[in-house]
Amino acid sequence: MEYVGLENLQFAVEDPVVWTSLGNTLWLAVASGVPQHLVAIPLAFIINERLGRLRNVAMGAYFLPYITSTVAIAIMFITLFSTDYGAVNAVIGFLRDSTFVGRFISPENIDWLGQSETIKPVIAVVVFWRYVGFNTILYVAALQSIPRDLYEAAKLDGASTFKTFWYVTIPQLRPMMYFAVILTLIGGLQLFEEPFILTGGKGGIEYSGMTTAMYMYRTAFEFSDYGLASAISWILFILIVVLTILTNKAFKPRSSDG
Amino acid sequence: MANNRKLSRERLGPIGFAFLLSGAFIMLAPFYFMFVFSTHERADIFQLPPPLWFGDFFMENLGILMTKIPFWINLGWSIYVGFAATALTLLFCSMAGFAFAVYEFRFKQVLFAIVMGTMIIPAFLGMIPTFMIMDFLGWIDQPRALYLPAAAPALGIFMMRQYIQSAIPSDLLEAARMDGCTELGIYRRIVVPLLGPAFGTLGLIAFIASWNNFIGPLIVMRSVERYTFPLALRSVQSPVDTEWGALMAGSVVAVLPLIVIFIFSSKRLIAGLTAGAVKS
Repeated sequence: MEYVGLENLQFAVEDPVVWTSLGNTLWLAVASGVPQHLVAIPLAFIINERLGRLRNVAMGAYFLPYITSTVAIAIMFITLFSTDYGAVNAVIGFLRDSTFVGRFISPENIDWLGQSETIKPVIAVVVFWRYVGFNTILYVAALQSIPRDLYEAAKLDGASTFKTFWYVTIPQLRPMMYFAVILTLIGGLQLFEEPFILTGGKGGIEYSGMTTAMYMYRTAFEFSDYGLASAISWILFILIVVLTILTNKAFKPRSSDG
Repeated sequence: MANNRKLSRERLGPIGFAFLLSGAFIMLAPFYFMFVFSTHERADIFQLPPPLWFGDFFMENLGILMTKIPFWINLGWSIYVGFAATALTLLFCSMAGFAFAVYEFRFKQVLFAIVMGTMIIPAFLGMIPTFMIMDFLGWIDQPRALYLPAAAPALGIFMMRQYIQSAIPSDLLEAARMDGCTELGIYRRIVVPLLGPAFGTLGLIAFIASWNNFIGPLIVMRSVERYTFPLALRSVQSPVDTEWGALMAGSVVAVLPLIVIFIFSSKRLIAGLTAGAVKS
């Protein structure tokens, strides 16, 4: 081993695939992460406030994807999204042929995992599907610690369900939202397994499904350039730290907001 | 109290019900298709419309899979590594948790902070160092390269410490000491027998994590005879001629034990996996 100063970092910055992968990683973190929370919060509210005996069944159904093997899941989604005979295209084909929205749908089957515009959305869907239940469970746990008097008071004041949700539940959920968003962000920026299997490890056409963690793996274990791979992993680490600090700031604005 | 709660709860409206039901459908449909497809020939899976009900080709698909990978060896490694990782996790986490919960010693706070700090270090930062250490030790292609590095997770130490602090009264330990019990004896005869529920939860989490582990074996396992099951399954996938029926059957084998575990212990698992989050 020989000390090369910042040479590896310079190689990393000059490698266009590093930038492509960072863009993909950010895109995927946002596109899979934001919907997770937008769905998980109302879902947790419904499960916690409106379900009786079915509560555990519902929680189990949403949580199941989180504990199952990524490989099995990704393989399943490859068949569902396959071009000529996948179930997703079959449903789209059905809509095209038999409903009035048909004229807005292109007559071609979509090559979901074979073209650069659709690879990322498919990965985002799979990631969303896998982790939305985990976030829901976190929010259910947080909802249980909200004092019931707040809801009673809102009810006495004649607040509608939506207003109760917006003015009572959301502010009370804020600490958990902060925690869950941080978890989603850190996890999302490290995304590896789902895109790795969905794109056969190669990142898909034009590297459009290549995340930074995947490219780091490839640089190290396929191109055997551990120095460059380490530089890439430090760039990703710095990105994670910076975005975590920004999220921190967003959730804890000046003390006046409480 | 419970009554109060019930009264304040409103009934689920039709929109909420539709939202909940369609969501649950989307969550479970891929599993359903996985099971259905595993019972059909490859040619039948790729038809329009795709098969919606079970066929009778499961054993044949499994047979095809066995010609592609050393199925029983891969499955055996997954089970072996899973049990080894679980046993070691329970041993080390309960010992470390016991020490942090019961004893006073120098640098205790600092050491505990370091242990917890390992949880926020992103996993990918460890990829290359893990490989290099395993390579240096000559553990490439050795199953111990999978279960030893995973043997003392910070989350497990934290769980055990919490549990011991809340469930085991210090009077009990004091009484044992008075009766001449050694410290190791206290751990073995008093603490371990009382840790049942915590062992159950942490054991399930450790086993599932090991069973699903993909990146670990991807980095340290080189020959197909040493692959764990998920890694072997991935190797069947090829750009040109993938045996999808066989892959689906393999996916079922990978997922079924987890679903069975989950049906019997979802409450405990959910509580365990979110415990750290809720406390903070």
